Amino acid sequence: MWLNSMTEIKLVYFAWVRERIGLAEERVDVPSSILTVAELAGWLQERGEEYAYAFENPGIVRAAIDRKHVKPDALIAGAQEIAFFPPMTGG
Amino acid sequence: MEPRIIFRVQAEPFDIASEIDALAGLGDDIGAVASFTGYCRSEGGRLLALELEHYPGMAEDEIGRVVKEAVTRWPLRGLTIIHRFGMMRPGDGIVLVVTASSHRAAAFEAAAFLMDYLKTRAPFWKKEHRADGSSGEWVEAKELDDQAVLRWQSQS
Repeated sequence: MWLNSMTEIKLVYFAWVRERIGLAEERVDVPSSILTVAELAGWLQERGEEYAYAFENPGIVRAAIDRKHVKPDALIAGAQEIAFFPPMTGG
Repeated sequence: MEPRIIFRVQAEPFDIASEIDALAGLGDDIGAVASFTGYCRSEGGRLLALELEHYPGMAEDEIGRVVKEAVTRWPLRGLTIIHRFGMMRPGDGIVLVVTASSHRAAAFEAAAFLMDYLKTRAPFWKKEHRADGSSGEWVEAKELDDQAVLRWQSQS
Protein backbone atom coordinates (compact mmCIF):
# COMPACT_ATOMS: atom_id res chain seq x y z
CA MET A 1 0.00 0.00 0.00
CA TRP A 2 1.33 3.43 -0.94
CA LEU A 3 0.99 4.91 2.53
CA ASN A 4 3.28 2.24 3.91
CA SER A 5 5.94 2.63 1.24
CA MET A 6 9.54 2.96 2.29
CA THR A 7 12.50 4.80 0.86
CA GLU A 8 16.02 3.47 1.29
CA ILE A 9 18.40 6.19 2.43
CA LYS A 10 22.09 6.05 3.29
CA LEU A 11 22.76 7.53 6.72
CA VAL A 12 26.23 8.54 7.89
CA TYR A 13 27.27 9.50 11.41
CA PHE A 14 30.28 11.37 12.76
CA ALA A 15 32.12 12.00 16.03
CA TRP A 16 30.08 11.21 19.16
CA VAL A 17 26.91 10.58 17.15
CA ARG A 18 28.83 7.78 15.38
CA GLU A 19 30.24 6.46 18.67
CA ARG A 20 26.89 6.45 20.46
CA ILE A 21 25.08 4.68 17.61
CA GLY A 22 28.03 2.34 17.09
CA LEU A 23 27.96 2.66 13.30
CA ALA A 24 29.70 4.95 10.81
CA GLU A 25 27.00 4.42 8.20
CA GLU A 26 24.00 2.30 7.37
CA ARG A 27 21.20 2.02 4.84
CA VAL A 28 17.73 2.28 6.33
CA ASP A 29 14.21 1.97 4.96
CA VAL A 30 12.50 5.18 6.00
CA PRO A 31 8.68 5.28 5.95
CA SER A 32 7.37 7.81 3.45
CA SER A 33 5.42 9.47 6.28
CA ILE A 34 8.77 10.88 7.49
CA LEU A 35 9.13 14.21 5.72
CA THR A 36 11.80 16.28 7.46
CA VAL A 37 15.24 15.86 9.01
CA ALA A 38 13.77 16.49 12.48
CA GLU A 39 11.14 13.78 11.91
CA LEU A 40 13.86 11.41 10.72
CA ALA A 41 15.89 12.08 13.89
CA GLY A 42 12.79 11.44 16.00
CA TRP A 43 12.08 8.21 14.12
CA LEU A 44 15.70 7.04 14.55
CA GLN A 45 15.46 7.77 18.27
CA GLU A 46 12.83 5.02 18.53
CA ARG A 47 15.10 2.40 16.96
CA GLY A 48 16.97 1.49 20.14
CA GLU A 49 18.73 2.86 23.15
CA GLU A 50 21.94 3.67 21.25
CA TYR A 51 19.90 5.89 18.91
CA ALA A 52 17.97 7.36 21.83
CA TYR A 53 21.33 8.25 23.43
CA ALA A 54 22.69 9.82 20.22
CA PHE A 55 19.59 11.96 19.75
CA GLU A 56 18.79 12.56 23.44
CA ASN A 57 19.28 16.30 22.92
CA PRO A 58 17.84 16.77 19.42
CA GLY A 59 18.61 20.50 19.44
CA ILE A 60 22.36 19.85 19.38
CA VAL A 61 22.70 17.30 16.57
CA ARG A 62 23.34 18.87 13.15
CA ALA A 63 22.46 17.41 9.77
CA ALA A 64 23.55 17.53 6.16
CA ILE A 65 21.68 16.30 3.09
CA ASP A 66 23.90 15.21 0.22
CA ARG A 67 26.85 17.00 1.84
CA LYS A 68 25.15 20.34 2.43
CA HIS A 69 24.22 21.75 5.83
CA VAL A 70 20.46 21.76 6.43
CA LYS A 71 18.08 22.95 9.12
CA PRO A 72 15.83 20.53 11.07
CA ASP A 73 12.79 21.44 8.93
CA ALA A 74 14.56 20.52 5.66
CA LEU A 75 12.64 18.01 3.52
CA ILE A 76 14.36 14.66 3.01
CA ALA A 77 12.57 13.75 -0.23
CA GLY A 78 15.10 12.81 -2.91
CA ALA A 79 18.04 12.64 -0.51
CA GLN A 80 20.79 10.12 -1.34
CA GLU A 81 22.82 10.57 1.83
CA ILE A 82 21.86 12.15 5.14
CA ALA A 83 24.51 12.86 7.78
CA PHE A 84 24.09 13.49 11.50
CA PHE A 85 26.91 14.99 13.58
CA PRO A 86 27.68 17.27 16.55
CA PRO A 87 28.48 20.98 16.10
CA MET A 88 31.77 21.25 14.24
CA THR A 89 35.07 21.84 16.04
CA GLY A 90 37.62 22.05 13.24
CA GLY A 91 40.07 24.82 12.49
CA MET B 1 42.78 38.26 -13.10
CA GLU B 2 41.36 35.06 -11.59
CA PRO B 3 42.84 34.34 -8.16
CA ARG B 4 44.92 31.20 -7.75
CA ILE B 5 42.95 29.01 -5.35
CA ILE B 6 44.23 25.85 -3.69
CA PHE B 7 42.51 23.94 -0.94
CA ARG B 8 43.34 20.53 0.40
CA VAL B 9 42.16 18.18 3.12
CA GLN B 10 45.02 15.86 4.02
CA ALA B 11 46.62 13.76 6.74
CA GLU B 12 50.15 14.92 5.93
CA PRO B 13 51.81 17.92 7.62
CA PHE B 14 52.13 21.17 5.62
CA ASP B 15 55.12 23.43 5.02
CA ILE B 16 54.09 26.98 5.96
CA ALA B 17 57.10 28.73 4.41
CA SER B 18 56.71 27.09 1.01
CA GLU B 19 52.97 27.83 0.92
CA ILE B 20 53.64 31.52 1.71
CA ASP B 21 56.44 31.70 -0.88
CA ALA B 22 54.17 30.18 -3.52
CA LEU B 23 51.61 32.98 -3.07
CA ALA B 24 54.22 35.73 -2.69
CA GLY B 25 55.71 34.61 -6.01
CA LEU B 26 52.46 34.93 -7.97
CA GLY B 27 53.46 38.29 -9.44
CA ASP B 28 54.98 41.68 -8.73
CA ASP B 29 51.54 43.13 -7.95
CA ILE B 30 51.42 41.09 -4.72
CA GLY B 31 51.89 43.55 -1.87
CA ALA B 32 50.60 41.52 1.04
CA VAL B 33 50.53 37.88 2.09
CA ALA B 34 48.77 37.00 5.35
CA SER B 35 48.83 33.58 6.96
CA PHE B 36 47.08 31.92 9.88
CA THR B 37 48.12 28.57 11.36
CA GLY B 38 46.08 26.71 13.96
CA TYR B 39 48.09 24.38 16.21
CA CYS B 40 47.36 21.50 18.54
CA ARG B 41 47.78 22.59 22.19
CA SER B 42 48.82 20.39 25.12
CA GLU B 43 46.37 22.17 27.48
CA GLY B 44 49.01 22.40 30.17
CA GLY B 45 50.31 18.88 29.60
CA ARG B 46 46.84 17.32 29.90
CA LEU B 47 46.63 16.30 26.25
CA LEU B 48 48.73 13.73 24.45
CA ALA B 49 47.05 14.31 21.09
CA LEU B 50 44.00 15.60 19.28
CA GLU B 51 42.36 13.33 16.75
CA LEU B 52 40.58 15.09 13.91
CA GLU B 53 37.70 13.32 12.24
CA HIS B 54 36.18 14.74 9.04
CA TYR B 55 33.38 14.09 6.57
CA PRO B 56 35.23 13.24 3.35
CA GLY B 57 33.70 14.98 0.36
CA MET B 58 31.63 17.42 2.38
CA ALA B 59 34.76 18.89 4.01
CA GLU B 60 36.16 19.77 0.58
CA ASP B 61 32.76 21.00 -0.68
CA GLU B 62 32.25 23.23 2.35
CA ILE B 63 35.74 24.73 2.17
CA GLY B 64 35.11 25.34 -1.53
CA ARG B 65 31.90 27.26 -0.74
CA VAL B 66 33.67 29.43 1.84
CA VAL B 67 36.54 30.10 -0.59
CA LYS B 68 34.10 31.18 -3.30
CA GLU B 69 32.50 33.63 -0.88
CA ALA B 70 35.89 35.07 0.14
CA VAL B 71 37.02 35.74 -3.43
CA THR B 72 33.79 37.60 -4.21
CA ARG B 73 34.24 39.82 -1.12
CA TRP B 74 37.95 40.71 -1.37
CA PRO B 75 40.31 41.39 -4.28
CA LEU B 76 42.55 38.38 -3.68
CA ARG B 77 45.27 37.20 -6.06
CA GLY B 78 45.83 33.91 -4.28
CA LEU B 79 44.36 31.79 -1.52
CA THR B 80 45.55 28.53 0.03
CA ILE B 81 43.75 26.47 2.67
CA ILE B 82 45.06 23.20 4.06
CA HIS B 83 43.08 21.40 6.75
CA ARG B 84 44.52 18.22 8.23
CA PHE B 85 42.80 15.18 9.70
CA GLY B 86 44.07 12.29 11.83
CA MET B 87 46.24 12.35 14.95
CA MET B 88 47.86 15.66 15.94
CA ARG B 89 50.48 16.07 18.66
CA PRO B 90 50.90 19.31 20.62
CA GLY B 91 52.80 21.71 18.37
CA ASP B 92 51.53 20.18 15.13
CA GLY B 93 49.82 22.50 12.66
CA ILE B 94 46.17 21.57 12.08
CA VAL B 95 44.98 24.22 9.65
CA LEU B 96 46.72 26.73 7.40
CA VAL B 97 45.14 29.71 5.63
CA VAL B 98 47.26 31.92 3.36
CA THR B 99 45.89 34.89 1.43
CA ALA B 100 47.63 37.17 -1.07
CA SER B 101 46.53 40.56 -2.33
CA SER B 102 47.90 43.92 -3.46
CA HIS B 103 47.15 45.48 -0.07
CA ARG B 104 47.13 44.22 3.49
CA ALA B 105 43.50 44.91 4.41
CA ALA B 106 42.13 42.36 1.94
CA ALA B 107 44.72 39.75 2.93
CA PHE B 108 44.12 40.16 6.69
CA GLU B 109 40.33 40.35 6.50
CA ALA B 110 39.93 37.45 4.09
CA ALA B 111 42.13 35.21 6.27
CA ALA B 112 40.08 36.07 9.38
CA PHE B 113 36.81 35.52 7.49
CA LEU B 114 37.98 32.14 6.18
CA MET B 115 39.00 30.94 9.65
CA ASP B 116 35.74 32.07 11.26
CA TYR B 117 33.74 30.20 8.63
CA LEU B 118 35.91 27.09 8.66
CA LYS B 119 35.42 26.84 12.44
CA THR B 120 31.65 26.79 12.24
CA ARG B 121 30.90 25.23 8.82
CA ALA B 122 33.66 22.80 7.82
CA PRO B 123 32.75 19.27 8.99
CA PHE B 124 35.67 18.44 11.28
CA TRP B 125 35.54 17.22 14.88
CA LYS B 126 38.30 17.05 17.48
CA LYS B 127 38.66 14.27 20.02
CA GLU B 128 41.04 14.56 22.96
CA HIS B 129 43.54 11.85 23.82
CA ARG B 130 44.68 12.45 27.37
CA ALA B 131 48.17 12.11 28.81
CA ASP B 132 46.85 10.09 31.78
CA GLY B 133 45.48 7.47 29.40
CA SER B 134 41.83 8.07 30.30
CA SER B 135 39.34 8.00 27.49
CA GLY B 136 39.16 11.34 25.76
CA GLU B 137 36.24 13.67 25.31
CA TRP B 138 35.04 15.24 22.09
CA VAL B 139 35.89 18.93 22.08
CA GLU B 140 32.74 21.03 22.49
CA ALA B 141 31.89 23.76 20.02
CA LYS B 142 32.30 27.27 21.40
CA GLU B 143 29.56 29.84 21.31
CA LEU B 144 32.30 32.41 20.70
CA ASP B 145 32.95 30.80 17.31
CA ASP B 146 29.32 31.32 16.32
CA GLN B 147 29.55 34.94 17.40
CA ALA B 148 32.76 35.39 15.40
CA VAL B 149 30.90 34.41 12.23
CA LEU B 150 28.11 36.92 12.88
CA ARG B 151 30.41 39.90 12.43
CA TRP B 152 30.75 39.08 8.73
CA GLN B 153 27.02 38.81 8.14
CA SER B 154 26.09 42.39 8.96
CA GLN B 155 28.41 43.55 6.17
CA SER B 156 26.81 41.60 3.35
